[in-house]
Amino acid sequence: MFIVDDYDIIIVGAGHAGVEAALAAARMGCKTLLATLNMDNIAMMPCNPSVGGPAKGHLVREVDALGGQMGINADKTCIQFRMLNTSKGPAVQALRAQADKKFYQAMMKKTCEEQENLDVKQILIDEILVEDGQVSGVVVETGEVYRCKAIVLATGTYLRGRIIIGENTYAGGPAGQRAATKLSSCLKNLGIQLMRFKTGTPARVDKRSLDFSKMIKQPGDLEADSFSFLTVEKTREQVPCYLTYTNAKTHEIILKNIDRAPMANGIIEGIGPRYCPSIETKILRFPDKGQHQLFIEPEGLNTNEMYVQGMSTSMPIDVQFAFLKTIKGMENVKIMRPGYAIEYDCLDPLQLKPSLEHKKISGFFSAGQANGTSGYEEAAAQGIMAGINAAQKVLGREPFILKRSEAYIGVLIDDLVTKGTTEPYRMMTSRAEYRLILRQDNADMRLTEKGWQLGLVSEERYRVFQAKKEGIDTALRLLHAQKINPSQENNNLLAAHGIEHIHNAMTLYDLLKRKGVHYSLLAELFSLPRFSPEIIKQVEIDALYSGYIKKQEEQVARMEKMEKKLLPDTLDYNLITSLRDEAREKLSKIRPISVGQAARISGVSPADISVLLVYLEQKRREKDSE
Amino acid sequence: MGGHFRGKRSANKEVKLNKEDTIAAIATPFGAGSIGVIRLSGEKAIEIVEKIFVSPKHTPLGDFPSHRVIYGHIVDKDKAEIIDEVICLVMRAPRSYTREDVVEIQCHGGMMPLRRILALVLAQGARLAEAGEFTKRAFLNGRLDLAQAQAVMDIIEAKSESSLRMASGHLMGKFSQQINSIREPLLEMIAHYEATIDFPEEEVDPVDNLAVSETLYDLQADIDEMLRTAHTGRILKDGLMTAIIGKPNVGKSSLLNFFLQEERAIVTDIPGTTRDSLEEYANIEGIPFRFIDTAGIRETEDKVEKIGVEKAHTYLEQADIILVVLDSSRPLDENDERIFAMLKEKDCYVLVNKSDLPAQWDIDVLPEGINRKRVFLISTRRGSGLENVIEAIKEDVYSGNAQREEAIFVNNVRQVEALKKAKQHLDDALRALDDEVPEDLVVIDLRSAWETLGDILGDSVNEEVIDEIFSRFCIGK
Repeated sequence: MFIVDDYDIIIVGAGHAGVEAALAAARMGCKTLLATLNMDNIAMMPCNPSVGGPAKGHLVREVDALGGQMGINADKTCIQFRMLNTSKGPAVQALRAQADKKFYQAMMKKTCEEQENLDVKQILIDEILVEDGQVSGVVVETGEVYRCKAIVLATGTYLRGRIIIGENTYAGGPAGQRAATKLSSCLKNLGIQLMRFKTGTPARVDKRSLDFSKMIKQPGDLEADSFSFLTVEKTREQVPCYLTYTNAKTHEIILKNIDRAPMANGIIEGIGPRYCPSIETKILRFPDKGQHQLFIEPEGLNTNEMYVQGMSTSMPIDVQFAFLKTIKGMENVKIMRPGYAIEYDCLDPLQLKPSLEHKKISGFFSAGQANGTSGYEEAAAQGIMAGINAAQKVLGREPFILKRSEAYIGVLIDDLVTKGTTEPYRMMTSRAEYRLILRQDNADMRLTEKGWQLGLVSEERYRVFQAKKEGIDTALRLLHAQKINPSQENNNLLAAHGIEHIHNAMTLYDLLKRKGVHYSLLAELFSLPRFSPEIIKQVEIDALYSGYIKKQEEQVARMEKMEKKLLPDTLDYNLITSLRDEAREKLSKIRPISVGQAARISGVSPADISVLLVYLEQKRREKDSE
Repeated sequence: MGGHFRGKRSANKEVKLNKEDTIAAIATPFGAGSIGVIRLSGEKAIEIVEKIFVSPKHTPLGDFPSHRVIYGHIVDKDKAEIIDEVICLVMRAPRSYTREDVVEIQCHGGMMPLRRILALVLAQGARLAEAGEFTKRAFLNGRLDLAQAQAVMDIIEAKSESSLRMASGHLMGKFSQQINSIREPLLEMIAHYEATIDFPEEEVDPVDNLAVSETLYDLQADIDEMLRTAHTGRILKDGLMTAIIGKPNVGKSSLLNFFLQEERAIVTDIPGTTRDSLEEYANIEGIPFRFIDTAGIRETEDKVEKIGVEKAHTYLEQADIILVVLDSSRPLDENDERIFAMLKEKDCYVLVNKSDLPAQWDIDVLPEGINRKRVFLISTRRGSGLENVIEAIKEDVYSGNAQREEAIFVNNVRQVEALKKAKQHLDDALRALDDEVPEDLVVIDLRSAWETLGDILGDSVNEEVIDEIFSRFCIGK
């Protein structure tokens, strides 16, 4: 056995999960290896060329606030930015950007290659070595061995990947990549339970073959916000997308050929995501819809490839050609790459601890699509957490776990390890019960301090964070401290600016709660100091939504009590006879770390939780009396 | 050695954790007894009772020493009404069952005073105790010793099991339907809002906020209606819709008379029961029966030419309980067959009447679909065999739960509390819509209402919203 090298941590796969895991581990001082099966495809986007959107954009901001790379990289390489949901509340506004795919990859590759403590290598890993329940290394397909203390599995859709286009199928990863065929059976032999999921992507078509004059132009925002709290640019050169629609003719062709769809002919076995249905599924499930919208999105600045968003399909090539040609502006379409479906193996995430470490194999972490999620942002979020926790483990520190009340990342991971998933999991703001607290605009306030403690946040980022935090605190303090009286003079002043009279003395903070009252105005009228727009925004949100924020904070406080009651690792649920059978079974399987997590398991009732509390107290007293 | 003190210290910590929650429940067995007890435990127990208790000299409850018997009256101060003459017992922490402040109110037995006093303490901020919660607190606060831990756990699970059974049982069927008829439109609204929030670039129509407001007003009216009827104990009052069907002259009328006589003999009347000419109500051994179209039963018995099966169809639609009456002294005929055909898979009790006369047919000839365990030989003339019928119905309705009345009542109080809370959330949502607050905030109130109502039925799962989004809206890249 030829041992090449000894690492602290090896990351298997260099997609969006893998790169964040590798960068986090290396930045925390661990000797890290990032293994990819193709050096030219680091941080590849095999599906849509975009980053962000509701909940996903929140995840990017959180990864950034912790000291991750996705936000910075997207800001550098994206070619269109739009803030979504601007007519709605601050909690659900979200940035979405179109990426230049190749540029995104190149910049991420560069960052990884330049990162201290990090080696990047093109190797295909066939086997993970485990000694006495502890990860000890990996075996490459060519036979050599790398030793390590922990691994992060970030294999995306590559595990036993199978591409399906119409009647044709072949083993492979996305976008013409190789599949990792042997690793799956190695995982099975290690006792890891796998699921089989499916996802798909639409065709890429030649820009020159499209008639954009028949489509609706979709420009970016004139002044575009950024993902990273470190990025200062507001205006950028932007490239438009185009909107067009399917029509009756398109649907007719698809329906006529529906028996040739792989999902109909039984070729596809894996479970696909409901939020990303293929066009054939959409037409079957919503037969009353006469048309479906399609966005034509550029894949980058230096390519003619355009992504047909909304047209994901695994129909045979001739059918793809036929229905694409029926679409307005695509009459002369040339397909550059056809749409396809891909099936792949992934882990059942119920096997994982909230740290993303496998419950039975010490040092085995996993992240991203390999955990049954979908989306680049979901992958990056798990990646940074798996990287952090692998490093924490190697450094002999406690796991780093974010709560549901602290971050979307917390919601994502808690959902995965507590409830599991039966389809590729996508983050949505409606999954977060404390949505108003988990805003994209305050991700830095929620997480940067934690990133700093972990050693992940740069000094520059920490300085920016501290300055902003101090500004917010100062502004709030001044607003709460300064009271104005309902004097004639004050009321005249307010009336002059279109603000209703006040009848009792009130603080400027309370005045700011009123609709149409802004900090800048109060600053002018009552000589308050000026602050940056970011600071003012936080202060205004704090005042305007204080009622709702308070409600949510109370809910959090109630939940917190249960989160603080930890369940010991050694707890044997079979000994607690008063639990109902279903609860005992679920608790034994999932092994929650806290009473709070236990309460979220479906099939565990409030009475079961009471029983659990009594049992814990009983054990504690028994121990005390010993 | 030091163990004892360590135990005490953390027991105190536990008390602090439960600080804001003061729980209340009726502590005496139901129905029986001339004295009833309502027990409160928690930091605010004394403060809460203070608001509804008046001693002869108007001395505040808190001024009496601990463990003293205090005479006085419970009053509803809003309505300036005396509810009952009572004795209060204040037991201050830690010298009480739960080691928290405990107040016990001893009032006259019987449902009304107990219910009204409990309702008052809940209105003043107490929370209805969960199954076994007093015992749980007693244990967690170190009042019960280690040997009792297992018993405590068993009590919690057993009590919650019985109330769960009740919730899923027959009695709750109608109520769940009503709750669901409020929850469904709420879920649709939530899903629609969430779809526009989570998929702003998809083709989801914007939500019509005016229409939402209108629906919310309607739902509030529905809740009000439920609360009105719930006041005296909804389920006990409404009863199980019971249909008696059978061809003419099989003894439907005698059967009905038998039930109604029994009722007068056995149970006290429950106030507020509606008794129009078409319905009769009887509470037999705790089972509330509400007979459908009793006038019709009597009419068809009188007019032999009118076939009773005509109306059976409508009865079957409405009924919770179906009593099919057959006559064993006459051969089965096409009228009986028509009834069997209508029953199909429906659960029913088959009462073979006139068993005191020579039988003209055997039970074996009944259709396959009829559950033989639910066939009873009876004689309305002799009054025989009916106790078996009632026993069987009881078994089905309560699934053998011995403390059924208590469970029904506790469920009832929970429902009222939850309905009130849900209404409050809908109020908040309406105000938010009125103030043109962003939609994602309106959803917070809608969700709270939806979850509160779901808690009564024991399901409040986040996934439902997501399922609803994907089943209603075509979303995808």
